Amino acid sequence: MPTPAHPILDYLWIIPLLPLLGSAINGLLGSKWPNKIVNIIALGSTGLSFACALEAVREFHGYYETRHHAFVKPFFDWIVAGNFRAGFDLQFDQLTVVMVLVVTGVGFLIHIYSTGYMAHEGGYYRFFSYLNLFMFFMLILVLAANFAFLFVGWEGVGLCSYLLIGFYFLRQSASDAGKKAFIVNRIGDFGFMLGMFLLFRSYHSLDFQTIFDTVTNGNVGVEPIGTFGIMTVTCLLLFMGATGKSAQIPLYVWLPDAMEGPTPVSALIHAATMVTAGVYVVARSNVLFTHSLTAMYVVAIVGCATAFFAATIGLVQSDIKRVLAYSTVSQLGYMFLACGVGAFGAGIFHLMTHSFFKALLFLSAGSVIHAIGGEQDMWGMGGLASKIKVTFWCMLTGTIAIAGFIPFAGFFSKDAILFAAFNYQFNGKVLYGVGLLAAIFTSFYMFRLIWLTFGTQPRYDERKVHVHESPKNMTVPLMILALLSLVGGWVAAPALWGGRNYFAEFMAPVFGGEKVEGAEAHSLEMILSGVAVAAALVGLIVAWRMYTKGAKRPALAGAYKVLYNKYYVDELYQTVVIGPLMWLSRNLFWKVVDVGVIDGTVNGIASGATAVGDTVRHTQSGNTRSYAVWVLVGAIVVLAIIFWPILHPVLVGGVR
Amino acid sequence: MIPTGHYLLLSAILFGLGIVGFVFKRNIITLFMSIELMLNAVNLAFVAFSQALHKADGEVFVLFVIVVAAAEAAVGLGIIILTSRNRRSLNVERVDLLKL
Amino acid sequence: MTAPSIIFFVLAALAVLGAISLILQREPIHSALSLIVVMVALAGLYLLMGAEFVAAVQIIVYGGAIMVLFVFVIMLLNAGKEERTNFSKLATYAGIPLAVATTGFIAAAIAWSSGSLPAAEPSGALTSTKTLSLLLFNEFVYPFELTSFLILVAILGAIVLAQRES
Repeated sequence: MPTPAHPILDYLWIIPLLPLLGSAINGLLGSKWPNKIVNIIALGSTGLSFACALEAVREFHGYYETRHHAFVKPFFDWIVAGNFRAGFDLQFDQLTVVMVLVVTGVGFLIHIYSTGYMAHEGGYYRFFSYLNLFMFFMLILVLAANFAFLFVGWEGVGLCSYLLIGFYFLRQSASDAGKKAFIVNRIGDFGFMLGMFLLFRSYHSLDFQTIFDTVTNGNVGVEPIGTFGIMTVTCLLLFMGATGKSAQIPLYVWLPDAMEGPTPVSALIHAATMVTAGVYVVARSNVLFTHSLTAMYVVAIVGCATAFFAATIGLVQSDIKRVLAYSTVSQLGYMFLACGVGAFGAGIFHLMTHSFFKALLFLSAGSVIHAIGGEQDMWGMGGLASKIKVTFWCMLTGTIAIAGFIPFAGFFSKDAILFAAFNYQFNGKVLYGVGLLAAIFTSFYMFRLIWLTFGTQPRYDERKVHVHESPKNMTVPLMILALLSLVGGWVAAPALWGGRNYFAEFMAPVFGGEKVEGAEAHSLEMILSGVAVAAALVGLIVAWRMYTKGAKRPALAGAYKVLYNKYYVDELYQTVVIGPLMWLSRNLFWKVVDVGVIDGTVNGIASGATAVGDTVRHTQSGNTRSYAVWVLVGAIVVLAIIFWPILHPVLVGGVR
Repeated sequence: MIPTGHYLLLSAILFGLGIVGFVFKRNIITLFMSIELMLNAVNLAFVAFSQALHKADGEVFVLFVIVVAAAEAAVGLGIIILTSRNRRSLNVERVDLLKL
Repeated sequence: MTAPSIIFFVLAALAVLGAISLILQREPIHSALSLIVVMVALAGLYLLMGAEFVAAVQIIVYGGAIMVLFVFVIMLLNAGKEERTNFSKLATYAGIPLAVATTGFIAAAIAWSSGSLPAAEPSGALTSTKTLSLLLFNEFVYPFELTSFLILVAILGAIVLAQRES
C-alpha cells in the first residue's frame, strides 16, 4: 500500500518553530501589550504546536505501518566539513512520540496555568517569551536526529533555565540561583561534549541512525563489567552530561536552588521537561549503553543512590517547593536506575507518568502559595483542606500517584522499575532494597507535606491572610493533570491485570522487545508489587502518626540538622571547589595574568612608544643648523655605503 | 698639463668649506651663499670631468645647474625677505617655531 | 713649473681664500663680495681648462646677476653684523668633524681613482659654443624647455612673494 501523505512530518520544523515565533513576537513587541494579547500569542503558538504534534503522531503511525523504521528528514546543512555533516535534521520515532506529546501537552497546560499565576507580576510578556523560547529548544532537543543538533537544544534549555530561574533578577538569591544552574549544567556539558568527540572519532558521524545502525549491525562486542573500553568511556561521558542536566549526584545541587523561579517554571522545566533531557539522551543512546556493562552499572548505581539520598533530604525540608524539588531529584534517580538495569522502556514510562504528577504537584503547590498570599514554609500553613477544596483534591491525587498506590499512574511505572532492578545481574537485590527504602521515604514525605499543608490546625494568622481558591485558568489544568495522573499508567498495565503492556510493545522498535516472562517471574512480580504498595502504606501511616496531632517544627539537632542542611553538600562544594577557584581567579588570573601580563603588555607597549617618542622628539628642535647636521650625517652614511668596497679593505688594512 | 685630480681636489675643498659655512653661519643670507659656494664647487667638478673625458655633456649640465641656481636664488631670497619681515631678524636660529 | 700650473695654483689659492673669507666674515656684505671673488677665480679656472662658454656664463649669470641679486637683498634688508647665538649643541660639536669626514671621503675617493683620468686639457672644438648649442638643442632639448618653464615659475614666485600686502 502506498505510503500515506504526511504533510506535517515533511514540515516537522513547524512544531518547534511555532513557539519560537511566539517567543520572538512577545519578546520584541510585547512590552507594551496588555496581558490578553500576550496570552493569545503565547498560548496560541504552544497550542498549535501541540495540535501539530498530535497530527504528526497520527501520520507517523501510518508511516511506520508501511516503512517500519524511524522517520528522518534532513532540513538544512549546518556543518559540512570534509566527510562530516551535521545538519538541522529532525527525526520521529516512538520515543519521539512520547517526548513530543509530553513536552507540548504538559507545556500547554502549564502555559494556561501561568496566565493565572503570573497575572499580577511585572515582566509578564518577558515570562511568556522565555517560556516559549524554552519550548522551542526543548522541542529541538527531542526532535533532533543527531547529537550536534540535540546539543543545540540541550544548551538552549540550559539558557532558558537560567533566564527563567533568575526571572526575578532583582533578587540576589534568584540571580545567584540562575547562575548556579547554568554553571553546574556547563560542567556536565563538558562531559557531554567529550562524549560527542569520542563518538565522532569512533563513527565519523553524529547522526543517530548512522551510529546506532553501525553498532547494531557491526558486531560490536559488549564490553564486560569492570573494563573501560571506548564504548564505556563514551557512555560515561554522555552520562556526565545527563547528571548535570537531570540533577543526579554529584551535579544535582542546582535544582533545589532553582525553586527561586516562579512556580510554573519549576513545574515545566524542573519537573516535566528539561530535567528529563538527560534520561531522554540515555534512552535514545540505549544501543550504546547496552554494549557497555560498566556504564550501565554506573548509571544504575548513581540513579539508585540519588533516589535514596534526595529522598532522605526531602524528609525534613520545610519549604513546600524544596520538598518537591528533592522529590524530583529522587524520581529522576529512579528513571536512571531503570535505564541502568536495562529497562529503558520502564524508565521512559516513569518519565511520562512523573511529568504528569510532578507538574500537578508543583502547580498545586503554586496554587496553595497563591491562595495563602505568598507563604512557602509549610510550618506557616495548615488546615487549608476545607478552604481550597479543588487544589486539595488535585494535590492529593498527585501525592497518591507519586507514592505508588494502585491504580494511579505512579504505581505501574515504579513497580516496573523495581521489578527490573530486582532481576538485575549485578547486585540487583541491593538496588531493589535501596529503591524500596526510597519509595517508603517518598510516600512519607509526600504525605507529610499533605498533612502539614492541608491537615492539622492553621498555623498562620487567620485575620491577616484571606485564603481564596485559585481562578479557573489555574484550576482547570490541575484537574486535567489529576486525571492524567490517575489514568496515565493504564497504557502499560502488564499482562498480570489482564491487559497487554501497550507501552512496552509500542516502544519495542526503539528499545528492543521486553523479555517474555515465565510463570515464576509472573508471580514474583505480583509479590513485589504487593511489597511496593505496602511500602507506600507504611510511609503514609508513619506520616499520619507524626504529623496530624500537635505537630510543630522540631529543633535543629543531630541527624535532623544534617538532613535539614542537605548533608552540607553545598558547603562542601564551596570549600573544596568554588573557594579555591575564586581565590585562584582573583589572585592569579586577575591580578597576575590580566592586570599584570595583559594590561601590562598593552600599557607597556604604549609607554614604550611614549618613551621612544619622548627621546626622539628632541631631534625636532626647530633649529635649522641641527637639521643641517642631520642632513650631513645622512650624506655620510650614503657615501659610506657607496664607498664600502673601497673602504672596507682600507679599514681592515689600516687596523692591521 | 694639470692633472684632473687637482681640479677635483680643489672642488672637494671648496665643497667642504661650503659645508662648514652651511652648518656654522647664522645669517640666512650667508647660509644661502654657502649653498651657492657648494654648487660652484660641483660645477668645477663637472667641467673638469667633461674636459677629461672629452664629452661636452658635463658642460651642458653646468649650464642647467647655473639656471637652477638662479631660479632658486630668486625664490629663496623672496622667502628670506618675507621671513625676516615676519620674525624681524635675519638669524636662522630665531626661525624655530616648528619645534616639538 | 709651467705657466698653466702657476696660473692654476694662483687661481686655486684665490678661490680657497675667498671661500675661507666667506665663512669667517661677520658682515654679510663682506661674505657676498668674497663669494664674487670665488666665482671669478672659478671662471678663470674654466678658461684654463678650455671651457670658454661656461666661463662666460659663469661671470655673466652667476657673478653679474645672482650675486647682484644677493647684494640688493642685503642692502634691502639692511643686514648687519651677525648675531652670536648658539642654540644648537649638535652643530657645535658635530659640525666640524662631520664636514671634515665628508671632505675626507670625497678626497679619498678622488685620490684613489683619479690616477686613471687623463689631464684636463683644452680640446678646442669640443667645447665651442657651437658644439654646446648643438647638444643643448638636440639631445637636451627637453630639459632645456623645462628649465625655461622653471625660470618662469621662479619669476612668478618671486613676484608673488615679494609683493606688499595690499
